Amino acid sequence: MGRYVVRFAALGYLAVILLAPLTMLFWRVWAEGLDKAWAAITEPDTIHAFKITLIICAIAVPLNTVFGIVAGLAIVRRRFPGKGLVNAFVDLPLALSPVVVGFSLYLLYGRTGWFGPWFTDHGIQVLFALPAMILATIFVSVPFVAREVVPTLREIGDEQEQAAYTLGASSWATFWRITLPSIRWAVIYGVVVTTARCLGEYGAVAIVSGNISGKTETATLRVQDYYENLDQAGAYGVALLLCVLAVAVLVVMTRLKPNEGAV
Amino acid sequence: MSYLTVIVALPIAALVWESRSDGVHGFWSSVTQPEAVAALKLTLWISLIVALVNAVFGTIIAWTLVRDEFPGKSLVNAIIDLPFALPTIVAGLLVLALYGPHSPVGLHLAFTRTAIVLVLCFVSLPFVVRTVQPVLYELDRQMEEAARSLGAGEATVFTRVVLPNILPGILSGVAMAFARVIGEIGSIVIISGNLPFRTEMASVYVFNQGQSGNSAAASAVAVVLLAVSFAVLLAIGAIRRLATRHERG
Repeated sequence: MGRYVVRFAALGYLAVILLAPLTMLFWRVWAEGLDKAWAAITEPDTIHAFKITLIICAIAVPLNTVFGIVAGLAIVRRRFPGKGLVNAFVDLPLALSPVVVGFSLYLLYGRTGWFGPWFTDHGIQVLFALPAMILATIFVSVPFVAREVVPTLREIGDEQEQAAYTLGASSWATFWRITLPSIRWAVIYGVVVTTARCLGEYGAVAIVSGNISGKTETATLRVQDYYENLDQAGAYGVALLLCVLAVAVLVVMTRLKPNEGAV
Repeated sequence: MSYLTVIVALPIAALVWESRSDGVHGFWSSVTQPEAVAALKLTLWISLIVALVNAVFGTIIAWTLVRDEFPGKSLVNAIIDLPFALPTIVAGLLVLALYGPHSPVGLHLAFTRTAIVLVLCFVSLPFVVRTVQPVLYELDRQMEEAARSLGAGEATVFTRVVLPNILPGILSGVAMAFARVIGEIGSIVIISGNLPFRTEMASVYVFNQGQSGNSAAASAVAVVLLAVSFAVLLAIGAIRRLATRHERG
C-alpha cells in the first residue's frame, strides 16, 4: 500500500511539474498552426540567431573541452600551490547566477572597464558583439568537462601511466595512448552537457549581446524577442525547435551513461 | 590556468572592484534600497520554498526510481535530466503555456509568485534526484532487514536507517538546487512579469539596473549573489567532507 502512495506522489509530481508543461508546448504549436511555427523558424532573423548560437558553440565547446581535460589532470595528478582556489573557480560557474556573469563581463569590457578602452582603441568591439557573447558562454560552461573527467581520473589511478613511463613513453605519448582513451567516455559526456548548456544559455548572453535582431541575437534571445512582440506562434515555434534539440542531447546523454561504468 | 584567470577570475574581480568603488557606505546604501531589499527577500524566500519542495519530492522520486518497479521506469529515469538539457527560457515559456492567460486548465497564474515557484521547481528538479539516487542504489539493504528483524516499523527504518545514509546526498542536492534557483533568470524573465516589490527576483533586478546604466545598484546586488554562491559551494564542500569522514577514518 505504502509503495503505491510513494509511486503516485513521485509520478504525480513529475506529471504536474515536468510533463504537463511539455505537452502543452506541443499542443500550443499545434493550436497556433504548424505553418505559423514553420514560418517563424524559417524567418531570416531566426536562422541567423541559430547560426550565431552554433558559432558560439563551435568555439566555446572545444575550448572548454581542452581546458576541462587539462584542469582535470592538474586537479587529480598534480600538487601545486593554490589548487584549492583553482578547484573553487572551476566550480563557481555552477553556482553563480548567469546574470552576475554577464554583468561582470559588461563591467570588464565596458567603456570604463579595465579592458574596454584598450579594445576600443584597437578597433575591436567586444561588448554587444560576438566576442563578449562567446566569453559569456565559455564562462558559464567551464565546469562540465572537468567535473566529468575528475572522478574518472581518480578511479582509474595512475598505474598504467607509470607503467608507460617506465617503458620509455614520453608524457605526450602517455597522454594520447593511455590517459585519453581511458577517460574518453567521461570527456564525451562532458562535451554533450557543455553543448546543452551553451545552446540554452540566456542570462549572461542577454546582458552582453545588446539583442540586435539579425546581428547579435542567439536562439534563446530570439524566443524572448518573439514573445515580447506578442508573436506567440513564433515564440512557441522556436521554443519547440530548441526543445527537439534538447531531447536529442538527452537521448545522447542516456545512451552514454551506462558506458561510463563499462570503461 | 591563465585561461581560468581570463575567463572566470578577471570578470569577478572587475565586479567586486566596481561594487567597492563607492566605498562601503555606497555599497550598503545600494543594497538597502527598498526595491533591492524586496527583490533579495523574495528571491531568498522563493529559493527556500523551492529547495524544500525539491528535498521532499526529489527524495521520493529517487526512491521510486531505485526501489520501485513499474512499466516505463527507464523512460521516467531519462526525462529527469530534461530540465538540464532544456534552455531555461523554453522552460519559462512551457510553464506559461500551461498556466498563462490562455490556460487550458483554467489556472491563470502568470506574473504571480506561485508561477515563479512552479517554473523554478521545473528547472531544479534533477539536482536532488541525481544526488540521492546513486547513494540509495549503493545502500546496503541488509541494514534495513536487520532493523526490521529487530522489530522496527517501516517509518522507524526510514528515519533511523535510510535517512541518515542519504541525508548528505539530499543536502548537497538541495544546496546545488538552491544556488541554481537563487541565480536563475532565463525561465523567470517571461513568467514573472518582473513587477518591482511583487515578482521581481534579485537576478532580474541586477539585469534591469544593469541595462538602465545603474551600475552601482546592479553590482551591489550582484556581489550579494556572488557571496551566496561562494557560501553554497563552501557548504557543499563541508557536507562532502562530513559524509566521507567515516571512510577517511
